[in-house]
Amino acid sequence: MADTVQEDATQKNGTLLGADELVLNMGPQHPSTHGVLRVKLKLDGERVRGTECVIGYLHRGVEKIAEHRTYQQFAPYVDRMDYIAAVSNGLGYCEAVEKLLNVEAPLRARVIRTILTELQRIASHLIWLGTHALDIGALTPLFYCLREREEILKIFEKYCGARLTTHAFRIGGLQYEAYDGFEKDVERFCKDFERRIKEYVDLLTGNSIWIGRTRNIGMISAADCIAIGASGPILRASGVKWDLRKAQPYAAYDRYKFEIPVGANGDTYDRYMVRMEEMRQSRLICLQAIENIPEGPILGKVGKVLKPPAGEIYHSIEAPKGILGYYIVSDGTIQPYRVRIRPPSFVNLQAFDKMVRGHLVADVVAIIGTLDIVLGEVDR
Amino acid sequence: MADESKAPQQPESPEPDATGASQAPPAPKTATPSTPPAAPKSAPPAPKPPVALQIPLDNELVRRYRDRFGAAILDAVEDRKQSYLVIDAVKLSDIARYSLDEEKFDLLEDFTVVDWPRREKRFDLIAILYSFPHNHRLRLKIPVAANERPASLVDIWPTANWLEREIFDMFGISFAGHPDLKRILLPDEWQGHPLRKDYDILQQDTAWVRENLGIESGQ
Amino acid sequence: MNPTTAAILHFLQTWWVELVCGVVIVAVVPLIAGYIVLMERKLMADMQARLGPMRVGPHGLLQPIADAVKLLIKEDIVPADADALIFWFAPVISMVAALTSMGALAFGPTFQVARDINIGILFVLGVSSLGFLGIILGGWASNSHYSIIGAIRSTAQLVSYETAGGLAVISALLLSGTLRIRAIVEAQQNYNPQQHSGVWFIFLAPVSFFIYLVASIAETNRAPFDLPEAESELVAGYMTEYSGFRWALYFLGEYANMIVVGAVATTLFLGGWLRPFPNVHWLNWLDFLPVLLMALVGVYCIYRAGKQPVPVQTWFMWAVALGCFAVAAIFAAPWIFAPLKFIVPGLNGAFWFLLKVTAYIYVFMWLRFTLPRYRFDQLMHLGWYILIPLAIVNVFAVGVAIVLESEFGWNRWLALIVTTAFTLAVAAILVNLHDKRTAGASTATTATTDSYAG
Repeated sequence: MADTVQEDATQKNGTLLGADELVLNMGPQHPSTHGVLRVKLKLDGERVRGTECVIGYLHRGVEKIAEHRTYQQFAPYVDRMDYIAAVSNGLGYCEAVEKLLNVEAPLRARVIRTILTELQRIASHLIWLGTHALDIGALTPLFYCLREREEILKIFEKYCGARLTTHAFRIGGLQYEAYDGFEKDVERFCKDFERRIKEYVDLLTGNSIWIGRTRNIGMISAADCIAIGASGPILRASGVKWDLRKAQPYAAYDRYKFEIPVGANGDTYDRYMVRMEEMRQSRLICLQAIENIPEGPILGKVGKVLKPPAGEIYHSIEAPKGILGYYIVSDGTIQPYRVRIRPPSFVNLQAFDKMVRGHLVADVVAIIGTLDIVLGEVDR
Repeated sequence: MADESKAPQQPESPEPDATGASQAPPAPKTATPSTPPAAPKSAPPAPKPPVALQIPLDNELVRRYRDRFGAAILDAVEDRKQSYLVIDAVKLSDIARYSLDEEKFDLLEDFTVVDWPRREKRFDLIAILYSFPHNHRLRLKIPVAANERPASLVDIWPTANWLEREIFDMFGISFAGHPDLKRILLPDEWQGHPLRKDYDILQQDTAWVRENLGIESGQ
Repeated sequence: MNPTTAAILHFLQTWWVELVCGVVIVAVVPLIAGYIVLMERKLMADMQARLGPMRVGPHGLLQPIADAVKLLIKEDIVPADADALIFWFAPVISMVAALTSMGALAFGPTFQVARDINIGILFVLGVSSLGFLGIILGGWASNSHYSIIGAIRSTAQLVSYETAGGLAVISALLLSGTLRIRAIVEAQQNYNPQQHSGVWFIFLAPVSFFIYLVASIAETNRAPFDLPEAESELVAGYMTEYSGFRWALYFLGEYANMIVVGAVATTLFLGGWLRPFPNVHWLNWLDFLPVLLMALVGVYCIYRAGKQPVPVQTWFMWAVALGCFAVAAIFAAPWIFAPLKFIVPGLNGAFWFLLKVTAYIYVFMWLRFTLPRYRFDQLMHLGWYILIPLAIVNVFAVGVAIVLESEFGWNRWLALIVTTAFTLAVAAILVNLHDKRTAGASTATTATTDSYAG
């Protein structure tokens, strides 16, 4: 078996049967923890009575590094945090620094940024769907999702040369113009994607085994979500109809019409439905955007050397995983004084303890999957 | 990063947008707005001096806070259209409770610290609050000294649990009343608090090289 | 002549067919199991929009050989605290049980090791159940906390679904009236008013077939019932501590078990070695199907041979094509040389039997790639609350249908349709109750579903 499972020494008495409390360790290497996450489960028989997440295995000191790089030099670092959705990270950072500089990227740049970010949202949700289904035992959706994601990554590669850690945006706008055929590629992908989503829905949504494994699993109420700071699809699945793209629009989101999917129960099935619907809405945004990409410059008036005046800024965006925030303090030099990244997965992971209590051990994997965490972001 | 004022120079400079995209339409359009091509080598566009980015703030919200807490609100500023209040650490709990209950800031979006080592109260705790009903944000800045133990916000916003642990881990500020204050990102036995300004970014490396290789690291 | 030698020769003279069949089973089934694994990998790849093994041999056809060699040369790791003898013995039990149960099965009208013993099906079910012993002992001998939990869970699952499967088998046996394997198949061939025969039993008792299908999936630990050995779950299965060839024995035992349950289902429900519609004369051309099929496969191989990227693979495809044509020739020979006509039933029969078993296993694989996995308590609930009651009702329903036809003179089909409808109604009620139960919070279920509690 591929997982490493060890028994922690705090088992109350030595025999196998009759131990009333057992600490089970899902080690940092585990096929289902989506990264180097260590979860200590306190079990009573099969039921989880308490958990402790141990994180930090992927801590790279990104915030400290930021203080020793210039603003442009730091931009590639942010891609490596949530490496599944690098473009969103870049969007948040570039917009934050642009606010610090008090410039705005030109409209054309904002529209292209929106298209790329929405494609990235679809790609991120596809990885989530594939791996979540795989953990629950459905082997096939992963490959279909990767096949779709391949198309998106091809578009990214044609645009900026990289598939995963794209560094697609620059402070002030874009460096690369949309390539010849960009609109056609996006349109072809979006037109094809509709029936692909239908494939996933056919495989999973009505499947009674899937429903049995996800309904009423990992429930969290709206009040608990807000209290624990969970955001993104987790918050929306609990019934809070709130999306930062609508509440405080950034990039070009105010130009497009899209719905905010909301769930009712806050369980794993609702989060699944919310993310599926988000993929559909992202597709609609892309289709609306490519119809009319305005002409114009792609880079705003920023100099080569960026020295924002002293001060601070906080800017957050709706990343695929939740609210991604950047708090940047400038002291007037070319290097930021402090860059703080508010990672959605870090805060969402706090909800894990609440969600998993009382469930069976077999549900733990499903709940980790539904939180959609990326350890690069949790640990930075 | 392409600077627009450089457009008239160097025809052979590799166009950054030469990745197969059409260059003709954007080029003439970019040339028009750049009217003052004066001294491309001069200082980068400095913020226009007359526009002050930080202005003192005195709106309804601030007045309510001042009425309620008086001297504990040390300052109220609007920086680049984002408002923040500088408050006294002693009253942190009360102000936080008021913010949640009365002002409906139900989401503690972020809680972090900025280190100003030359100040007397070297740390600035920054709490970024967001209100779902009113859809606005507020920052609270709480200056604390290195040995102070501010009150924990866990009872008010449970999300502060891990955020405060990270602050403890990175800066060494302990919070009074936190249920389980221990390191979160770094191993438990780590010495030092890395995000402090006096923690040199290279000190791990130089120490290791000195210990294990016996030489001075050349970095 | 030496009396001993005479006795041995007499023994060989009487039993040579069975001995040959036995040797073929022991020698060939592991190889076949290996190729079933390859078939599964290629099928999985096809359903997942990829190619599967392609490197070892053309289109990966030599992959099982490579895997077998690799497993044989692996280091033999025995955990320090493991009970060495039982650790060694457990996978052997598993494999031996599967192979022995194949002894009673008839893979064609002439291919059977146990010369039509009168307890045919009972023997098969009984001996294949002995394989569970291999699982428990393997889990226990590993001396690992999670191996034994996995082994016990696996066994609990197997036992529960064996009950349901056994009841489904009983309802089919009601239709045939005998436990003898040959007689069961013949009952599906000859039209005889007293014996409810002439059609495959799947048409007479479809619900039984379905119950047996579900039960056999659970018995062989296949998805969606593969929690005890799932890779992404916490509790590792009984096979954790096994590596190298010991693991291969377990693995092959599992696939041999799949062949066994496929063969049982084919014998009982799918007409054994009979061609479809054995009594319909205008479908007699189906007797030529084996020849046609092999010839077509040969032609396809020749067509693909031209498209291979590497010359070695081209020649191999030609070799495979020639092999297919040779097999087609063997099938066609009886029609060309009249004296060879006696092998037609045996050969054709074996062909149809293997085709049906393959189709059954294909359904297993198809379900594995499509459906997510049941959680253990949901699995046990499905077995005990839905499948077993349904199987019991089904036995009564089939019995009632038989009595209605023989005692009350109903039309056979009418009786069966009425009773099948009744069984389906019961099934709908049970499933409805199950859904209502799971609509409540799953956290409300108590820990009594714990496999090792109490």
